[in-house]
Amino acid sequence: MTEPDDKTLIRGARLLGGEPQDVLLADGTVQEIGRGIEAPGAEVVEAQGGILLPGLVDLHTHLREPGREDSETVLTGTRAAAKGGYTAVHAMANTFPVADTAGVVEQVWRLGKEYGYCDVRPVGAVTVGLEGKQLAELGAMHDSAAGVRVFSDDGKCVDDAVIMRRALEYVKAFDGVVAQHAQEPRLTEGAQMNEGTVSAELGLAGWPAVAEESIIARDVLLAAHVGSRVHICHLSTAGSVEIVRWAKSKGWNVTAEVTPHHLLLTDEMVRSYNPVYKVNPPLRTEADVMALREALADGTIDCVATDHAPHPHEDKDCEWGAAAMGMVGLETALSVVQHTMVETGLLDWAQVADRMSHRPAAIGRLEGHGRPVAHGEPANLVLVDAAYRGQVDPAGFASRSANTPYEGRELPGRVTHTWLRGRATVVDGVLR
Amino acid sequence: MKRHLISAADLTRDDAVLILDTAEEMARFADRPIKKLPTLRGRTIVNLFFEDSTRTRISFEAAAKRLSADVINFSAKGSSVSKGESLKDTALTLEAMGADAVVIRHGDSGAPHRLATSGWIGGSVVNAGDGTHEHPTQALLDAFTMRRRLVGAEGAGLDGRRITIVGDILHSRVARSNVHLLSTLGAHVTLVAPPTLLPIGVESWPCEVSYDLDAVLAKSDAVMMLRVQRERMNAAFFPTEREYARRYGLDGERMARMPERSIVMHPGPMNRGMEITAEVADSPRCTAVEQVANGVSIRMAVMYLLLGGAEPARPAPAPEGGAASRPHAGGSRTKEDH
Ligand SMILES: [Zn+2]
Repeated sequence: MTEPDDKTLIRGARLLGGEPQDVLLADGTVQEIGRGIEAPGAEVVEAQGGILLPGLVDLHTHLREPGREDSETVLTGTRAAAKGGYTAVHAMANTFPVADTAGVVEQVWRLGKEYGYCDVRPVGAVTVGLEGKQLAELGAMHDSAAGVRVFSDDGKCVDDAVIMRRALEYVKAFDGVVAQHAQEPRLTEGAQMNEGTVSAELGLAGWPAVAEESIIARDVLLAAHVGSRVHICHLSTAGSVEIVRWAKSKGWNVTAEVTPHHLLLTDEMVRSYNPVYKVNPPLRTEADVMALREALADGTIDCVATDHAPHPHEDKDCEWGAAAMGMVGLETALSVVQHTMVETGLLDWAQVADRMSHRPAAIGRLEGHGRPVAHGEPANLVLVDAAYRGQVDPAGFASRSANTPYEGRELPGRVTHTWLRGRATVVDGVLR
Repeated sequence: MKRHLISAADLTRDDAVLILDTAEEMARFADRPIKKLPTLRGRTIVNLFFEDSTRTRISFEAAAKRLSADVINFSAKGSSVSKGESLKDTALTLEAMGADAVVIRHGDSGAPHRLATSGWIGGSVVNAGDGTHEHPTQALLDAFTMRRRLVGAEGAGLDGRRITIVGDILHSRVARSNVHLLSTLGAHVTLVAPPTLLPIGVESWPCEVSYDLDAVLAKSDAVMMLRVQRERMNAAFFPTEREYARRYGLDGERMARMPERSIVMHPGPMNRGMEITAEVADSPRCTAVEQVANGVSIRMAVMYLLLGGAEPARPAPAPEGGAASRPHAGGSRTKEDH
């Protein structure tokens, strides 16, 4: 493994998709960018026209530790993250026990630090036990070594309007943000899939778009009223896009994320009754997918977040109704974004860097990540072979779980190298 | 026909007519002193019921036994294992026991589809009702009953017949299967329900929708009343039982406005006083009991066609014309062909 004071020379990399240049990494930072750089003794990586981007930042990762180590651990999850080109992930709070105290968030943060595959920023629960009743000690989690800035009851919606209002107000004291999983619980009791023509045919209980949109509408109004910022997790409908667009046009402090799977897959996939397509929020329609892509392109949606949700095989190898919701995503996110956004001409690589690194880091107030690829900046970088084409094979995943909806599907692009503060975590597609 | 019967939507018109015609042959045997056919001797059919339904299970069991199959009843309800584990593990057990066909009733929509496509078992799968998805043999026996009463000819469909289905469409697997099958057979289907009991997306179904029962009764050759659970009112699908019965129930007065030879159907069990009054239920127009008898013939036909019995269904050549021209239901097929 490269020591921090070792030098790495990346030759012929296309920075943010531009013309090929050489990049010299030393002491954990980008030391020089130019053509024909000579660096005797440096480890040389021939980029061969690969795209060099700032290390990706995920605002929405389920690492499952503590409590569900059978599906993922901080170690396996951060290895998967590194393989997917990530240098920082935000670990969601719905663990067992719930990350609602300084003790739990510090444990997760320390594990991430110890393994060193990528930085782990724990997300703190908004309410005790994710139960939506009593605020968790948000300040204590912020003040802890983990330095929590993002708070979320993800998996559950903070549906009580008063609790949501108080949380939005309270975190202003330390520039935190509440990330809302927008799902009106009464409208989604027993819900199995997007409510529409497909659910009508399949006889699966419908999950209406309005259950998401009504909460988003309420929360942007609340955020405006109390002057806080709010972040919307995994936007999935065209109507949600319209509400966020309207809120932003008012100048309100609203940000939003979209998952790779909502940029690609539709509820038509559910016709197979294969639970690998069961996810929360559910896969929506083609019209929703197109609206989400457009919104990510025009900036209405700020960033891509994986909602990486590992589940053991048996939780998906069953009938639809009994299956768990969620998909793994860290190791396929960049490929799906290349396929849906870059190869469709909606985003260029500089914009991919913005949506997958710069903006998520800014929303999470995460220092040292999402920085420009420039002299003196931290060497958190990812090198992508964008010309690569290959079928997704979960057998090669670093994640402990394999619940990917893309098995056997051809997707473009492959992460060849990832550097965390100058140290390679992935070399030639293989974890270090 | 395909190897499985999962959805009425998978049936072509030819498939459906073949099943109905084969069921007519099976019904003729039911009138003989010895009701048994040797067709499926040595075959094992498992009734795998994750939900209680004595009526449906008995119907499948009677059908399999009349075809001389060995029948195993497996009631998995109340199993302590989690639902998912028990479906897969049970399937693997049945596979090890050499089940040639599995008749499955399950509370989750799509469970029969999973069973047929997951690679857990190799035999045929017959959907005996899954969640709020489908119940294809119910639709087939309904179509069989309608064809006998309203058409009266084998080899035919239900072309031009006007069928009205009334009640809790949202939660009804019977309605879904019937809409598919009846439209495949050429009937015009109208669904009648309060808007709360119709699924979002129903407008894409091959049928019409009305909120007004009285407006469609006079134009209905058959009216199928679906069972409405009283508990639905607790989830605000309708205000009270009384109001439901008044707006969507079938009583004698409403029945009198139906065309002369039209029929009233009910898949059972009936909620007398709710969707149907005793007067209607006990009238000669009501085919509920007939439907039960027809259910055995239909299920015999389905199993016969899926498993392709080693013996021909008919010991003698078909008496009617038309029957000879239809594809012979696997008279010489053996298990090894699958
Ligand atoms: Zn969520």
